[in-house]
Formats: sequence, C-alpha cells, structure tokens
Amino acid sequence: MQFFGGTEISPSPPLPTASGNNGNMMYIFNRNGVCLLYREWNRPLKTLSSQQDHKLMFGLLFSLKSLTAKMDPTSAEKGNLGVPQLPGQGCSFHSFRTNTYKLSFMESPSGIKIILVTHPRTGDLRDSLKYIYNLYVEYVVKNPLYSPGTPIRSELFNKTVDQYVRGLG
Amino acid sequence: MAAIYSLYVINKSGGLIFYKDYGSAGKMDTNDTLRLASLWHSMHAISQQLSPVSGCFGIELLQADTFDLHCFQSLTGTKFFVVCEPGTQHMENLLKHIYELYTDYVLKNPFYEMEMPIRCELFDISLAQAVQKERVALLGR
Repeated sequence: MQFFGGTEISPSPPLPTASGNNGNMMYIFNRNGVCLLYREWNRPLKTLSSQQDHKLMFGLLFSLKSLTAKMDPTSAEKGNLGVPQLPGQGCSFHSFRTNTYKLSFMESPSGIKIILVTHPRTGDLRDSLKYIYNLYVEYVVKNPLYSPGTPIRSELFNKTVDQYVRGLG
Repeated sequence: MAAIYSLYVINKSGGLIFYKDYGSAGKMDTNDTLRLASLWHSMHAISQQLSPVSGCFGIELLQADTFDLHCFQSLTGTKFFVVCEPGTQHMENLLKHIYELYTDYVLKNPFYEMEMPIRCELFDISLAQAVQKERVALLGR
C-alpha cells in the first residue's frame, strides 16, 4: 500500500463543502496508546472521564483491528486472534458506522492513529485523514520543541485542524 | 462481482448460534468463529458507549480494506451479521429477510431451545435459497 502518493509531501486537501458543524470529536494516538490529541467540537453525551474514554477508544480500535485481520475472507494465512499486528500488516478497517455516528480511522506506518467521529451520513474520509496526518507532520513532528510521545500542545496545529474539520462536508 | 463470504448469528449473550461460510479463502475452525462472534458482541456494546449523542444502537456497518461487515440487531438483542465484498448493496434488506426466516423457521419450532445453536433443516434450506437469490440478483445488476 503506497502511503504517500507520488512526490507530494502535502497533498492538497479534498474540496470542502462548507456545511460547517460536521465533526464531533477527533483523537490522535501513538503506537503505545498515549493520547496525543483529543479535540471535541460537538459532544452532548459524555459517559466516562477523559482518561477512561481514551483508554476505551484505544482498546476498541485495537480489538477491531485484531478482528478484521482474523476475519479477512481473502487471505488464507492468518495469525491467532489477539496477536498484536504491525501497522500495515493484515487487513485493517477504515471506518465503521452506527445509527448516531461514523468513526473514520487511519493508521500511519509509524503507528500514529487518527480517529475522526462525525455525522453518520459522512462519506469516505480517508483522504481527509491523510491530510490531517500531513498537518501533524508539518506542525508537530517538524517542531524542534516537541518531544515525541507526549501530548500535543500546539495552538497553531489545533487552529488549523479545527478550521479544516469545520470545512468538511 | 459482489459476493457474500459468510454469515453469523449470535444470541443476546454473545454466543454464536449459527455460522455459514459461502467462500472465504481461509478455513476457520469452530473455536475461531466462536471467539470472533464474542469479540464482535463486545465491540458492538462498546461502540454504544463512545457515541457523542444518546440513542446509539451499535455498529451497523464496518468497512475494511478487503471486506464490509453489515450487522443487524433485533429488538431482543440477537445479532445477524454478514461479511461481504466491499461495496455490496442491499445487505440490510437481506439481513432483515434472514431475520424473518429466523422467526419463522427457528423461533416457531417447538423443539428449538432459546439461545442454543440452530439446528433446523428448514431454516438452512430457506436461507440457502435466499442467499442464492441475492447472489443471482447481484450478478444481474
């Protein structure tokens, strides 16, 4: 799977349809489960404390990845359920939808997981997630004062992401 | 060509009561299918907790690289889910139809014990007919 298309470092963002208020929440985790960023724009129902919520979200994604790798109907050779999968190894899911929300997921080759929770009728957000990953690379990773594995504290990154998500259809 | 790979039915406690394979590449033994069914049951429940708004009933569609998983949950908690090719249409209708077959041939069978594995010949036959009809319809489109 070619992750970065061609020679572009930052692909141009998918055309926004400017209907505003579509994104509910966003999470960014690293490969160890540390929540690097949590943005919340529209979340009327909060059942758990943030710590528990982050752990639950990470656990759900880990288990779903394990499930999809095992359930893959096109590959004959599958590992055992529960064996941690390397990023990119085995079949991985990219979104799931319930009646109240749609969760879009992307994992980079380095294990950075980006999750966007939106309105259930949102389309395919894989390109948008790639764009957000590129924003992360530009604003966070290339910042010499940022130490990897710690929560992101960049106002500029937060503002850019907010602006971008607000523009998603 | 859109195809159905497998069908699972799980009871309200998460136990697998029916599994039918229609052509996956790898053979999965019974233990694996049981584990996957319980895992799905738990994931379905957890996804309700993470909803930003109230009134969530759980995952209806999971999209992966090589397959889609459509899930239908009845009001009593019995879940029917089908693993199919990405982009297959009308799976929700198929699942609702399978639910009707379940109520007719399984629940109305006086010898069927609730929550136990399904061993009803008429259910198997009518299910095979329904899936075959769906296959033909998908090929035709």
